[in-house]
Amino acid sequence: MKLELSGGQILVQCLKDEGVEFVFGYPGGSVLHIYDAIFHQDEVKHILVRHEQAATHSADAYARATGKPGVVLVTSGPGATNAVTGIATAYMDSIPMIVLSGQVPSPVIGSDAFQEVDTVGITRPCVKHNFLVKDVTKLAETIKKAFYVATTGRPGPVLVDIPKDITDPNIKVPYHYPEKVSMRSYNPIVVGHKGQIKKAVDILLQAERPIIYSGGGVILGEAHQELIELTRLLGYPITQTLMGLGAYPAPDPLFLGMLGMHGTYEANMAMHESDVILAVGARFDDRVTGKLSKFCPYAKIIHIDVDPASISKTVKVDVPIVGEVKPVLEQMLEMIREASHQPNKPALVEWWKTINDWRSIDCLDYERDSNIIKPQYVVEQLYEVTGGNAFITSDVGQHQMYAAQYYHFNKPRRWINSGGLGTMGFGLPAAIGVKLAYPDSDVACITGEASIQMCIQELSTALQFNTPVKIINLNNRYMGMVRQWQEFSYQSRYSQSYMDTIPEFVKLAEAYGHVGMRIEKPEDVRGALEEAFAMKDRTVFLDFMTDRTENVYPMIEAGKAHNEMKLRVAPSTPFDSELS
Amino acid sequence: MRHIISILIENESGALSRVAGLFSARGYNIESLTVAPTEDSSLSRMTLVTSGNDEIIEQITKQLNKLIDVVKLIDLAESAYIERELMLVKIKTTHETREEVKRMVDIFRGKIIDVTPNSYVIEMTGQSNKLDAFVHGFDAESIIEVVRSGPTGISRGEKGLHL
Repeated sequence: MKLELSGGQILVQCLKDEGVEFVFGYPGGSVLHIYDAIFHQDEVKHILVRHEQAATHSADAYARATGKPGVVLVTSGPGATNAVTGIATAYMDSIPMIVLSGQVPSPVIGSDAFQEVDTVGITRPCVKHNFLVKDVTKLAETIKKAFYVATTGRPGPVLVDIPKDITDPNIKVPYHYPEKVSMRSYNPIVVGHKGQIKKAVDILLQAERPIIYSGGGVILGEAHQELIELTRLLGYPITQTLMGLGAYPAPDPLFLGMLGMHGTYEANMAMHESDVILAVGARFDDRVTGKLSKFCPYAKIIHIDVDPASISKTVKVDVPIVGEVKPVLEQMLEMIREASHQPNKPALVEWWKTINDWRSIDCLDYERDSNIIKPQYVVEQLYEVTGGNAFITSDVGQHQMYAAQYYHFNKPRRWINSGGLGTMGFGLPAAIGVKLAYPDSDVACITGEASIQMCIQELSTALQFNTPVKIINLNNRYMGMVRQWQEFSYQSRYSQSYMDTIPEFVKLAEAYGHVGMRIEKPEDVRGALEEAFAMKDRTVFLDFMTDRTENVYPMIEAGKAHNEMKLRVAPSTPFDSELS
Repeated sequence: MRHIISILIENESGALSRVAGLFSARGYNIESLTVAPTEDSSLSRMTLVTSGNDEIIEQITKQLNKLIDVVKLIDLAESAYIERELMLVKIKTTHETREEVKRMVDIFRGKIIDVTPNSYVIEMTGQSNKLDAFVHGFDAESIIEVVRSGPTGISRGEKGLHL
């Protein structure tokens, strides 16, 4: 006889069959049947957050760090609406996530019942897909579809809205979890078009001033090995987007650093002057391109992406290749190895000479002998103390850019941040999600005193579930990035960008049961970090009093092009384009 | 340029709002939208009239294809196609105007499908501009009501949009 289960039990059994380790959630009326089913087992561990937004960020970061989908469970109404920010965060960065939301019982849907909202309607624009379960016999199949859709093609969050009557413990139906599902309306393209790849390889090999521009798709598509191989085989310079950092090891000489609004001088100049761009799993985001009409005026563009809609969305490309990055790069490598001609050596030598001139201005240099703590210095010291091996999560703002610029990521899935949506409050719950996945690894959350307060309540979750993370608070008593824009564009009218009642974070950390440290002098930075990371089993809140007026450089201001960067120090000899 | 996009979509609740929501969220222009089930009750067919330059239409079709419920779609404007719209018009009539209205209906190959002493209901199908021309043949005071289905279309030749 087939196993008969209630809807609540089916849900939990589906998660077990999917191999889910953790569910991040918060109980409430509409999901009580499900929570009762969770109570009766211990295979799937439930992580009780303190706010549903944090549940989504933790699950999201777990997915970013492991490659496995994150799972969230929230109740109807406010439970679901609180989760929306985190769902949108995952959607913008294409992170596989399953959100299970309770809904009021089917018969009262539409009657403005207690804790009722149209969750499917509210989340529709920020999920890859969503389902409303109307029949308990379809529940298992729907969950399978949710996992299938979330993890294939261009990944993304999928929400399953489950009315309370569907999980009724008194209604039991035979359980069967399908091993595979197919959907006639959903068939993501995997392998790229051979003719297009051939065309791309021809253009690549003829390039005189090539550059490889790679993004988060390389990490999501597990294609970092192929990317490294391709870059080294060609000897071409490579730059990465904020989301792509770590796919290609940052310390490598072929790596020019991040590109875009706060990218390096050499990366942005090389993009601007290039004649061929190979874009791999990147989406020409506005923070990367700057002013579109001035974007890379001399380049032929090859674009590999699993999502056809990403191709020629903002920048018209010359050779589109739709497919998963890994098989496409594999095919490219094979064709390049068999090609009759090789990269143009003399042209490359010239190109590298130009790039090294740009590099020589050392655009990330900052005042190192300051007697105030420079935020860049803290990140550099963190890099050294952790040997570059920590998982780094961040919130959003200046500290996020410092982390991207000064922590030289050399492995994929180590840099966990909200790139697309730019969600403040992401960092701490993200660190908890990562630490649960990798309890033996160092996990640090680089944050600021504004961002950290958006999900500070998760310090409580960190204690309950023993996730000893290190919080690197770059405390400049300002919303730094807002202040920076106000300085540059609003004649330093700092409208609402600082708070004059910032909590004492040391006491706050202690109140939550953790260790708090306040660091005020540059000479104490290193020691504090070493001490904190030596406390393997404690969450430590390191409150660094950093320079209030420090800015992130270089910067491409709104409406400017890659070759119009604002630098900390203008180069003594301008590198005007002699190439164009 | 005007495009007619024909879509086969899963006949699921919410499918229509996914399409409509996509257009409003991304700021695409939508002139009309018709939807009804097909001979296969699990599928709906939508006909959507939109306009935009080639880049916008390319994005629209890509974004529509990206919706999980969309099974298939074609841009009818890419090859030869037939387009029809249904219109029902209620016209005020008087003893003096009834014959003239009837002649107009005959010229436009419409049908009078309801008659009262003071009104006609006229049924007419055709391309949208023909329906426009018919309506413009009357002064505004004599028109009681106009109902139009929005255009729907089908490609010429043997090939068709099906599974």
